[in-house]
Amino acid sequence: MGWGWPLIRLWTVLVYGFMFLPVAVVVLLSFNASQFGSFPMTGFSFRWFVELAQNDAIMRAFRTSIVLGLLTALISTTLGVLASLALVRYRVPGANAISTLLIAPILVPEVVLAVALLLFLNFLGLHKSFALLLFGHVIFTLPFVILVVQARLIAIRRDVEEAAMSLGASPVQTFFQITLPLMLPAVLAGALFAFTISFDDITGTLFWKPGGVETVPTQIFAMLRNSISPEINALGTVMIVMTVGLPLLGAAIARQLARKSGS
Amino acid sequence: MSVEAREARQPWILLSPALGAVILLLFVPLLFIVVYSFWLRTATGADQIGFYLDNWHEALTDRFYRDILFSTLRIAAITTVVCALMGYPAAYFIARSSGNKVILLLLLMLPFWISYIIRTMSWINILGVSGAFNTFLMSIGVIGEPLNMLYNETTVILGLVHFLLPFMVLNVFVSLDGIDTNLEDAANSLGATRWQAFLQVTLPLSLPGLAAGGLLCFVLGAGTYITPLVLGGPTDAMFANLVFEAIITQLNWPLGSALSLMLLFVLGVLVMIYNRYLGMAQLMKGLG
Repeated sequence: MGWGWPLIRLWTVLVYGFMFLPVAVVVLLSFNASQFGSFPMTGFSFRWFVELAQNDAIMRAFRTSIVLGLLTALISTTLGVLASLALVRYRVPGANAISTLLIAPILVPEVVLAVALLLFLNFLGLHKSFALLLFGHVIFTLPFVILVVQARLIAIRRDVEEAAMSLGASPVQTFFQITLPLMLPAVLAGALFAFTISFDDITGTLFWKPGGVETVPTQIFAMLRNSISPEINALGTVMIVMTVGLPLLGAAIARQLARKSGS
Repeated sequence: MSVEAREARQPWILLSPALGAVILLLFVPLLFIVVYSFWLRTATGADQIGFYLDNWHEALTDRFYRDILFSTLRIAAITTVVCALMGYPAAYFIARSSGNKVILLLLLMLPFWISYIIRTMSWINILGVSGAFNTFLMSIGVIGEPLNMLYNETTVILGLVHFLLPFMVLNVFVSLDGIDTNLEDAANSLGATRWQAFLQVTLPLSLPGLAAGGLLCFVLGAGTYITPLVLGGPTDAMFANLVFEAIITQLNWPLGSALSLMLLFVLGVLVMIYNRYLGMAQLMKGLG
């Protein structure tokens, strides 16, 4: 191996450092006692988290984001699971083309997708609304759900379902009692994906949101116009805990379930 | 109805909600922006329905738009190259590491889950006048005055790299992980050095992953508009900023449509070239 491997290892450590440094600084500064969101640190304090909890605009944005994320995850996962079942469990003519079609929303630049949807709904005489925001988020998260669920479904053997059916279970019974429990980790992972992507989205959201409605990212974006307040860093820390903690929790649950179903 | 006919219908029933959503919420709207791009916005602010080429003429001939299109593609290209240079060795390390690959990969993907806007603005905390970097340099006495490091094209690229690097690493990793390490050993036993074995065996086999990661970095980078707003200076607008300006600020929807289609066309050609040579299946592997 010679010197090559240690060099690659050092490089990788630097890359990890690059990825984590900004995040670490946000978390660090959110505990800064100073009234400016920057260095030098003047002491350790929770005051910005307290102010955050008392900031009505941010709390409203949180509620909007959570409701939007949950609805997006619910709809996206339902559509995605049905489509994945069809693509994996049936012989569909043109399955490849259909897969590509369903993945297309990832490959169309989000700005273009945002403009297109906005103009179309306007053409139909519908104004910006929460529903438009929801539609947009669903179409944007659907490909991710399909990719995750499909990958898992391919790994589930068909025999198990056939066995259930041969024992007299209807297709619907088979789905709910056999297939769904087996693919549950992927379904949960897909739903989490959808929730996190929706929760994090800002590009489309800025186009689609009706006046006066803010999600957490657009609220942060609006606050950034002034300067970085310590409050934004505190909000950043809360979001880091949420967006990192939730998928980790999801992954842990998924592993647990996979272990159970795998044995 | 025969059993066969029912069997044949079932997948379509399952597919129809998702397909319907994608067609109704993506493809039909895309047709609509084509139509809109030929309308005209009049001085009164109303849209004049018809077939006018004015928006296209403006979008295609105005140097302002062309310059920003080129600088957007340049920024996306630089970002992609930097992501490849940073990401490939890291992905290689993870793929060939004897430790827990899943944990290593998960760790690198963690920032990927962290809010995009937070990650973008966090660079202000690092590079700002009273940011971590300046504070550090001044405290050790290297500089007396804080440096102005923010709000230029370099910081835009930096922010984009930070955002897109996980896409690159994941795609390259998936590709490298699928390569049998015996191949490298075989090359070694035939007299190749480690470096030769890598260059002639592993690297070519991992190119599809590199290409998939590169495509994602480029397309996502070229379509961004938050990063230049937060980390760029007044002259660092990217193409998506023009679209946002036209649609949301000026309410000039026909022009905004023409500009979005231009962006879609340029990136669409790239995706098609990619699809022609490597196929979408490769991309799907690296996204899941």
